[in-house]
Amino acid sequence: MTPTLTLFLIVSAALFCIGLLAALSRRHAIFILIGIEMMLAAANLNFIAFWRFGAEPQQPTGVMVAIFSIAIAAAEAAVGVALVIAVYRHYRTTNVTKLDRLKG
Amino acid sequence: MSPWIVDHLWLVPAVPLAASLLILSFAGSRSKGAAALAIIGQLIALVLAVAAFIPTLQEPGWRAFHNFTWFTFGENAVRIGWVLDPLAAAMLVMITLVGLCIFVFSMGYMAEDKNFSRFFAYLSFFSAAMLGVVIANSLLLLFVCWELVGLASYLLIGFWIHKPSAAAAAKKAFITTRIGDLGFFFGILWLYGSSGTLLFYDDGKGCLESAGLLAVGASATFIALLIFSGAVGKSGQFPLHVWLPEAMEGPTPVSALIHAATMVAAGVFLVARVYPLFSLGAVDGVTPSLTVVVWVGVVTALMAALIAIAQADIKRILAYSTVSQLGLMMVSLGVGGVAAGIMHLLAHGFFKALLFIGSGSVIHGCHHEHDIRKMGGLRRVMPVTFLTYAVGMMTLSGVPLFFSGAWTKEEILHQTAHWPRSQAPFYLMLAGVVLTALYMTRQMIYVFFGNRRAAAEHAHESPRVMTVPLIVLALGTIALSIVVTPAWPWLHAYLSGEPARFEIARLIQPMLFVSLALVAAGIGLGLLIYRRAGAFDPLERSQPALFRFLENKMWIDELYAHTVIAFSRTAAVLSDWMDRYIWDGFVRAFGSIGQAFGILTKGVDERGINAAVDEGVGSARGVGRVMSLWHSGQIQTYLGAVAIGMLALLLFYVWLA
Repeated sequence: MTPTLTLFLIVSAALFCIGLLAALSRRHAIFILIGIEMMLAAANLNFIAFWRFGAEPQQPTGVMVAIFSIAIAAAEAAVGVALVIAVYRHYRTTNVTKLDRLKG
Repeated sequence: MSPWIVDHLWLVPAVPLAASLLILSFAGSRSKGAAALAIIGQLIALVLAVAAFIPTLQEPGWRAFHNFTWFTFGENAVRIGWVLDPLAAAMLVMITLVGLCIFVFSMGYMAEDKNFSRFFAYLSFFSAAMLGVVIANSLLLLFVCWELVGLASYLLIGFWIHKPSAAAAAKKAFITTRIGDLGFFFGILWLYGSSGTLLFYDDGKGCLESAGLLAVGASATFIALLIFSGAVGKSGQFPLHVWLPEAMEGPTPVSALIHAATMVAAGVFLVARVYPLFSLGAVDGVTPSLTVVVWVGVVTALMAALIAIAQADIKRILAYSTVSQLGLMMVSLGVGGVAAGIMHLLAHGFFKALLFIGSGSVIHGCHHEHDIRKMGGLRRVMPVTFLTYAVGMMTLSGVPLFFSGAWTKEEILHQTAHWPRSQAPFYLMLAGVVLTALYMTRQMIYVFFGNRRAAAEHAHESPRVMTVPLIVLALGTIALSIVVTPAWPWLHAYLSGEPARFEIARLIQPMLFVSLALVAAGIGLGLLIYRRAGAFDPLERSQPALFRFLENKMWIDELYAHTVIAFSRTAAVLSDWMDRYIWDGFVRAFGSIGQAFGILTKGVDERGINAAVDEGVGSARGVGRVMSLWHSGQIQTYLGAVAIGMLALLLFYVWLA
């Protein structure tokens, strides 16, 4: 079975949906962060796939975008974990259903 | 060159004033120092008064004045000043001397009072104001001091303020004299309007000098009568005499100083001071204004003498006697005997002060009993008071030879007999002499002779601080007679500015026998009627209706109560009603217009504008409530919504493609 763009896109879409499901359904803030990271990984996979099967696979543009994206995701994860710690210190919980101060 | 005292005459009133202020500022309520201060102030004033008296002796009719500008407004300068002439100098000496005796007497009489210091502060204040009246060379300054005298009188009559009768008497005195002073004030304004100056003497430009009198001209009669109304109020002349007997509610030294010797004489002094205004345009010594003065004096003198016969309060008898004597002085001024009137004023100052503080001594001895019917037989327990009182009584009655008041009264009768207009005042005055002797005899018999009745049982002679002033005044009364006899009419000459000659032959005149006969008749009548007087008045028994008429002061108070006072009360009620219903009605009507408008706008506001706003707000709130349901605060819900939105956009994009 040769790898095709469609196959990558299906894997990527599945990964995104799993990430979305995790972000929407888990109550623990760390798991929501993990879900978001999974959706980010799905997007990176898309970039790589579209580059590899695109018009100019010799130029390393897709890889560069993916590397940037991963770097940003790392930073974002750091900010996210810091937020989670701050939230935990403040509310003594990481259950997001309890964090409802945005309620109108 | 004018003597030092002329430029510094203001010191005479200033010293007692300073004493008064010092007492008010520093003395405790019952300090002996207050009395000492007041007496020292009065003593200094007496020394200054004597110093002022000496230069007036140097030549007949000597006069000096000192004027200065008080303040200027626009082009007019208000100038005041003081004048020193025989009239002022004689008054100064009399006031300070009598005042000193009464101050000393007060030390004994008021010793028990809890407001001892305040009393002396008021007395000193009064003394200052009265001396100010006497030295004033400006009608304005005189009026200011005149009102201050009235204030002092008010304060002192109401000194025992806890007694309602004293408070009422003070109020009555103040208001009654104010009626006269209103006329006086109009007179001052009129005088200023026509002559342009209120200075009496100003090197020929004053209002009593030729140029000023020329400017006043024909209106002098009205001005004089208006000024006279002030004198009527202050000197207790009919019809404003009603306050003076009530003023006896004050402490007895006050009655002696203010309501016998000095303040009430201010009216007589005033008329004498502005006499040129009264006599302007006189034909044969008679002018319309002087005629009014004569008749007011005659009516007052006779009426008061009649009322005095039926009074039971020792001080009221003396008060009516004062009213009567002041009437006599007015008659004298009116018929042209200015010097005679002032002479009687000076003599009266001494002997009436003597009688009053004598009565004070009696009252003090009888434990504050005023009713003569409860006294009697006091001549044995109070010998000094009895003897000095007898001197006063004989002077007042007019027993000739040794008593100054008798000579001055005779002089007045003499002047009255020669009044060209009518002989009636003369004969009425003769009747007054008989009545005076009668009521004084009655008082003497009731107080000092006969049996000792209730109040006299525990009577005692007064302490020396009270008897010494009595003796001094009694001696003064007798000593004064040296200079007032017709044989050597020194005082008369001094006052009228003529040289005096000694002529023993003039001592015996027909008038002497006339008055001797009249006084003897009065005293004899008194002895006859009251010889066996007990607690019940013989006159009351024989003439009950007449007695009641006189006892109730001829019902003049009642007459005023039913006319003037009733009128002003009605006016007050009417004004109150007008205020309450007419003016208030207008105000209320305007108010209701505003109120109605208010109700209207309130309706518009509530039903219209407010309702619209409420409606809008209500729907906004409903929307808000629905919208707020979306904001659950659950971030996963938000995220889900974002995901569904993205999905929807994706599907829309696919559908478009």
